[in-house]
Amino acid sequence: MTLTEKAAPPMKQPPSLPAMHTVKLTVNGTETELQLAPWTSLLDALREYMHLTGTKKGCDHGQCGACTVLVNGKRINACLTLAIMQDGNEITTIEGLSQKDADGKDGLHPIQQAFMDHDAFQCGYCTPGQICSAVGMMNEGHVKTADDIRELMSGNICRCGAYTNIVDAIQSVMNPQPDAA
Amino acid sequence: MNSFAYTRADGVTHAVAERADESTAAFIAGGTNLIDLMKENVARPTRLIDINRLPLTTITDTENGGLRLGALVTNADTAYDDKVAKNYPLLAEAILAGASAQLRNMATDGGNLMQRTRCYYFYDLATPCNKREPGSGCSAINGYNRIHAILGTGSPTGDVQCIATHPSDMCVALAALEATVQVTGPDGDRTIPFAEFHRLPGDTPQIDNTLEAGELITAIDLPANGFSKNYAYLKLRDRASYAFALVSVAAALEMEGETIVDARIALGGVAHKPWRRPEVEAMLHGKSASNDVFQTVADAMLDGAQGYGHNTFKLELAKRAIVRALAQAAKLN
Amino acid sequence: MTQQPYIGKPINRLDGLDKVTGKAKYAAEFDTPDLLHGYVVNSTIAKGKIKKINTQDALSLPGVVKVFTHENRPKLAWFDINYKDQDAPPGSPFRPLRDAKIRYDAQPIALVIAETFEVARYAASLITVEYEQVAHLSDLEANRHKARKASSGMATLLKPPPPKPKGNFEEAFNAAPHQVTAEYVHGMEHHNPMEMFATTVVFEKGRGKSGGKYTVYDKTQGVTNSILYAAQVFDIPFKNIRVVSPYVGGGFGSGLRPQYQLFMAMLAAQNLKRSVKVVLTRQQMFSFGHRPATIQTVALGASAEGDMTALYHSAVSETSQFEDYTEVVVNYGGMLYPPENVTLDHQLVPLDVSTPLDMRAPGGVTGMSALECAVDELAFKAGIDPVEFRLQNYTDRDPLADLPYSSKELRECFRQGAERFGWLKRNPEPRSMRDGHQLVGGGMATGIWEANQMPARAEAALLVNGKLRVSSATADIGTGTYTIMTQIAADTLGMSLDDVTFKLGDTDMPAAPIQGGSWTAATVGTAVKTVCEGLAKKLFKLARKMPDSPFASALFDEVVFADKMIQLKKDSLMAVSLQSVVDSNGGAAVRHTSTGFPNILKQRKYTRSAHSAVFAEVTVDEDLGTVRVTRIVSAIAGGRILNPKTARSQILGGMVWGIGKALEEESVMDHQFGRIMNHNLAEYHVAVNADVQALDVIFVEEHDDIVNPLGVKGLGEIGLVGVPAAIANAVFHATGKRIRNLPITLDKLL
Repeated sequence: MTLTEKAAPPMKQPPSLPAMHTVKLTVNGTETELQLAPWTSLLDALREYMHLTGTKKGCDHGQCGACTVLVNGKRINACLTLAIMQDGNEITTIEGLSQKDADGKDGLHPIQQAFMDHDAFQCGYCTPGQICSAVGMMNEGHVKTADDIRELMSGNICRCGAYTNIVDAIQSVMNPQPDAA
Repeated sequence: MNSFAYTRADGVTHAVAERADESTAAFIAGGTNLIDLMKENVARPTRLIDINRLPLTTITDTENGGLRLGALVTNADTAYDDKVAKNYPLLAEAILAGASAQLRNMATDGGNLMQRTRCYYFYDLATPCNKREPGSGCSAINGYNRIHAILGTGSPTGDVQCIATHPSDMCVALAALEATVQVTGPDGDRTIPFAEFHRLPGDTPQIDNTLEAGELITAIDLPANGFSKNYAYLKLRDRASYAFALVSVAAALEMEGETIVDARIALGGVAHKPWRRPEVEAMLHGKSASNDVFQTVADAMLDGAQGYGHNTFKLELAKRAIVRALAQAAKLN
Repeated sequence: MTQQPYIGKPINRLDGLDKVTGKAKYAAEFDTPDLLHGYVVNSTIAKGKIKKINTQDALSLPGVVKVFTHENRPKLAWFDINYKDQDAPPGSPFRPLRDAKIRYDAQPIALVIAETFEVARYAASLITVEYEQVAHLSDLEANRHKARKASSGMATLLKPPPPKPKGNFEEAFNAAPHQVTAEYVHGMEHHNPMEMFATTVVFEKGRGKSGGKYTVYDKTQGVTNSILYAAQVFDIPFKNIRVVSPYVGGGFGSGLRPQYQLFMAMLAAQNLKRSVKVVLTRQQMFSFGHRPATIQTVALGASAEGDMTALYHSAVSETSQFEDYTEVVVNYGGMLYPPENVTLDHQLVPLDVSTPLDMRAPGGVTGMSALECAVDELAFKAGIDPVEFRLQNYTDRDPLADLPYSSKELRECFRQGAERFGWLKRNPEPRSMRDGHQLVGGGMATGIWEANQMPARAEAALLVNGKLRVSSATADIGTGTYTIMTQIAADTLGMSLDDVTFKLGDTDMPAAPIQGGSWTAATVGTAVKTVCEGLAKKLFKLARKMPDSPFASALFDEVVFADKMIQLKKDSLMAVSLQSVVDSNGGAAVRHTSTGFPNILKQRKYTRSAHSAVFAEVTVDEDLGTVRVTRIVSAIAGGRILNPKTARSQILGGMVWGIGKALEEESVMDHQFGRIMNHNLAEYHVAVNADVQALDVIFVEEHDDIVNPLGVKGLGEIGLVGVPAAIANAVFHATGKRIRNLPITLDKLL
């Protein structure tokens, strides 16, 4: 876990490209094998190499949450992990959230429908991250109040300012206790 | 981000050996700080040694009644662990005050200790920074230093070299709890008391901690006393969530009735490391909890503090935060 | 049966499904074979020139195709006029890679083109630059003595400079029993839409001199603006270039001008004859337009009874060294309040910074954040409740222009807002309300924003399948354009929403102006209504010619469009289906294109504005200075509300921006370097979910036949304008402290 505490010596050899590795990811239930250099983030692997552009890049530094995806059911920022570090893992993106209904047809995840009904977005760019984050939050099971939702959804910035509608949408699906206050 | 090689370590020995072979390699766990620094070209490792598959992912009881946090347990799993939540609520609260839910799901406990200090200039290659390039100068001292240190910035030569702050919330609680850090390396295993793990910048601000070259954190041990009855973690920041601390206080008291028999105070956001002064904490021993007593202690905690302009407000803010956190811990009011 | 009218109903956003499933594609998300990736390098000094730029290491990296700098930039348009976009202020526009000169910090100086994003990013880090540095100016306060009048140009039409003084301010002020004089300051702010600026140019090789076709996916608030810029700068015939932007991940003004990624992507695509994508980084989002830092002075005088007699409002704001960016900052007091003695002034200080750019409620929120705090101070001095004070100093006419308002239900905003907020339960004494350590305060402010309308074109087509497609090259930056335009079209032609599609963001469509200034609903809405009415006439003519037409002797005024049919008003059974009308058109869709014009002759006799009354409640920790906004009620008089659901969201967004502006947002410049240092979303604080608690929106009923045929006023800006002042006034009420320097961070309250 040591970083380059002692500043890295200047690299004098001519610049070169990293070696490629085989990376296996199960994305939205489909096993995928990619040839990637280690410097490819999970986010760029999804967007640039698999063309799953539903996952958004809003800062690329873990400061906005637009890239939130589920890895083995847990929400993470796809921009701050390398695809190769996720080798063998199950990734769920916004494209994989829809659920089969009773007739076997693809239907929206309840959170997706609630976001539409509550107008929980405007420009839509943070929305896939918000929705994946909400699903991850529900999996985690630590929400008791609306204030908990506000705090636990604070890793997803919405510059359009749809926060109150986002909380309403999530509440309508989770139906937690109303605020103590 | 520079070009680098990648190795997945399949055991602790393997990881340490790989690192020993290549001094410019780096271990990577959660990646939340290292990958950020690599994208900024601040960190340029030639190889990443991925330690995520090492068997350091459990929380276990220690012989002396404490808990051992495996280095690769995530911050979220630590905070929500039943034993941590029950016996070390100060630690759980501190962890949950940091970053975002997503980052806490990624970041590991060992990695949390390894976060580099936060400073606008350290992160920006366009500006001089002694931490990034020793000898180039500190831009923050005469620059924008709202988030910077007010304590422990001195150096043996007298010239202040670096006023960056350690950004962790978790570490502030660990400092207060007097955790120990278990490390292994080319020369074998050793235990580092938490107070000695992070260091002050002095004349070598490029060095954040006392790990030797090639050493790997394997666990963090919590002593038996978690101060679970009288504690508070107070974090003050520029928005309600998802922001680094301007000042944070971990306060832990052991009380017998109204009387304080043991006290710990650790400050975040004010120094290059979590800031403690055991001799000041000792002033509380045998005292009854009161705001007056806490004020005296707060003043002493900040003794010698120095502001650099934008951050001068922290001198007063930190005192008030200490008083408030101690009052909360003592359940005054 | 259709559900007419749709206008006024809370229809779910029609682009919602695409947005919640990840199918909505933004500018960086259009894949094409053999796409090249660009990464921009920016200057690390604020002023001087590039002595040497070393690109060898970058070029030696496998996968790097080319590095563009000022040294090898292909020849491009020479005259400034070719670089002037539709929102260009007076001056000489910045031209990327023009020469060795550095005009501001983080100016783009090179473009790396490589086969992958990662290679381009790495190569960019290998470029080193030697500069010849000269002293820069970046500090507004230190240079305020250099303030001068702004030069005027096209942009001035929409942004009138302050009028000449009226009456005698000084005399009236000196005689006033109640006086307030104060200075208000805020720093630079950046739009930071969630989507970073991106352009994907899909290049198709062509024969002949024209050299190929360009399909340009651009993040912009106006595809017309982007195509004009790209075609003129790169000398590309309009038939060979098309700009497409179906979804925009937030704009807030940042997309009103073409940003440099468009230039860069076009430069590389044209030179390399390849498809190219350039995406800016979050740090680079701080390297162009911004809300300018501004210092304001407000002086107000009132009679013993609290009647305002004197108003002075001046502003000094920054601009770049090459363009004179202006806003309307100081005029609003003169429009809202009745003093006879008014002096208004606005000057600029050119600094070595990028040119500022309209940012949500530009000028309006700047000026009103100062003025409405000063009015609060004056009311307090006069011992009058702030709501009462504003009612006492209410004007039904715009005193500045000496015109009546086309409509102004601001009184009703005060009434309904105060009631919903529980204003009268507030103890007027500052620092009188508390909850434990938390001081509690309530404050209020007025908001105002122009209700403008521009000309715009639209096409309506009844397709052979009987469905209606309406299009206009406007944008939906999250504002709800798709939804409300579909509602207007469906209502105008009596069709179901399911049978109507509205398309936008494509220069193959009829032109519309940039989406800004809260004018899109009025502007494009009128165009859509007009074109649908035109199509109706066309359809009616066709229906009359059909064999055995029931309308053979009918006039247009005698029919109605309902339930996908044309019916006689007096006998709805006498009807022809729209499907049969289009069937009778020889297998072709029935199309109509027209322009919706503002009725200037009618409009010019009135001042047309949206208004708001904002009430905010805050808690302030008495020891720690932390401010939380616990509640905001915003009562809006914004004309007709086309869709209460999307309209409410616009206002909610403005309120969240208001919280950010009042308490959190500031781009901080280190004047040692002339460089913004908190150039990221971790340290440029925008409001997060936990910052936002109860927000309440009231739409006050307001009828207005003058603003435009739809009676709408636009809602993009008015939701923000009054919020920061209401919060600052609430902080005063909670603590007794006037903080006149935004944002109100905890240190200012210690």
